[in-house]
Amino acid sequence: MRLFEYESRQILEREGIPVTKAGVARTPEEAERIAREIAGPVVLKSQVLTGGRMKAGGVKFADTPEEARAHAEHILGLEINGHMPRGVLVGHKAPIAKELYAGVIYDGTRKLPTFVFSDMGGIDIEEVAETHPDHIGRGHFSTILPQMDFRAKDVIASVGITGGDLNKLTPILSKLARLFVKYDMTLAEINPLAQLEDGSFVAVDAHMDMENEARGRHKALLAELGVGDEETREAREPTPFEIEGERIDSVDHRGVAGNVTEFDGNLGLVIGAGGGSLTLFDAVRKYGGRPANYCEIGGNPSVSKACNLTKLVLQKPGVDKIAVMMSIVSNTRVDIVARGVIKACTELGYDPAEKIAIFRIPGAWEDEGFKILERYGVEYCDRSVSMHEAARRAVEKIGGQAAAQTPAAGAEEGTSGAATEVTQP
Amino acid sequence: MADGMFIQVEVDESVRGDAELAQKLADACPVDIFENAGGRVEIVPANLDECVLCELCIHAAPPGAVRVRKLYSGEVLQSAD
Repeated sequence: MRLFEYESRQILEREGIPVTKAGVARTPEEAERIAREIAGPVVLKSQVLTGGRMKAGGVKFADTPEEARAHAEHILGLEINGHMPRGVLVGHKAPIAKELYAGVIYDGTRKLPTFVFSDMGGIDIEEVAETHPDHIGRGHFSTILPQMDFRAKDVIASVGITGGDLNKLTPILSKLARLFVKYDMTLAEINPLAQLEDGSFVAVDAHMDMENEARGRHKALLAELGVGDEETREAREPTPFEIEGERIDSVDHRGVAGNVTEFDGNLGLVIGAGGGSLTLFDAVRKYGGRPANYCEIGGNPSVSKACNLTKLVLQKPGVDKIAVMMSIVSNTRVDIVARGVIKACTELGYDPAEKIAIFRIPGAWEDEGFKILERYGVEYCDRSVSMHEAARRAVEKIGGQAAAQTPAAGAEEGTSGAATEVTQP
Repeated sequence: MADGMFIQVEVDESVRGDAELAQKLADACPVDIFENAGGRVEIVPANLDECVLCELCIHAAPPGAVRVRKLYSGEVLQSAD
């Protein structure tokens, strides 16, 4: 869940990280009042959850409150990448001597948060990483052990910062790491972290993303920030398809049919289990398939939940077939999912054997599941067929580009159901 | 007897009016296939396909009184006694 810049700044302040004096205005009059209170040159920034503000004209500078008011009027009516601003941030235009970068991100490979620090701030950190890798310091830290300042200090020192500056910057990066863990963030960055002419350091801009699943744990903070329960804070508003997916998941407590996301392809996906969704989605794309959706099904959903999700996917305009694929399941029953997807097909008047390109869910109660699939002539495969090979077969069936990228014959051949007539090239 | 798409449940007519059994079956079934309808065993057709084949109903009823048939394979689950 993305947070607006003004909200991220509030969190920084709350955790003791210095920020430039600022306020958020919803009207030009408010912007003028805030600029008057700051009593100096100000910067006005559109509060949108998208990038490219500067290019789009969403960032302006003003020397007087009257000028601030005029700029605010323009910014508040300016749509940026399809987003209308929540407000305009009016902040003190600080006398900056040097711009740096401080961030904390989550390293999904190491499963640990990571400090990222650079003495080159104010530009995309990805660009710095590419063009000046020696100007970026990184270091993992534990989410379990107490946060130790020396770890932050090591990272800052690695880009050549020493002496008093090192001592002033260490608590800032360390506090950023603490708030990252405390508020279940997936990203917390200050860019730029400015060194003012008097030598002090202050956050000029901040960006934070909170783990969606953690919203419930931070109700007090979100209420304080004014974030409503109904705000998805995603990059775009959910589509009616996605809203219906959420409804299907929420009306039945059994299992999960979540994160339904719409795409514009022709292959519907009923996928899930232990990270299987992402792997399978990527595999479909790798073989030239065009997914119509993404979803995560698991946790032993009821037949009706599996059925309703499948119906939703099947009824999406442009969907020719569906692929029902999971990693090996232990807490989801193969037979229950098989019943659900077959029921959806028949209730919509489709032949399951025709509509289901492939069914690849090995695991709990698979023998029972396979009996059901055989009864309806649906092509299925067991665990001896990899997820990638199952995805390839699904793409091939729908007429994608799979054949062009077929792995060596026999390389991933496995046991398939009685109805399976897939020819290995 | 009631049919789902995958599951059929049969309850002997001789025990359908047993109020105690009706409650026992309603309590035992984790997916609410049985209902105690005023002391009579009633089957909820909409829930039949949710059957998880746990056999709790079979063990809650007198031997042979409840049978669960898998319509996709023809197998019948019932008490061995």
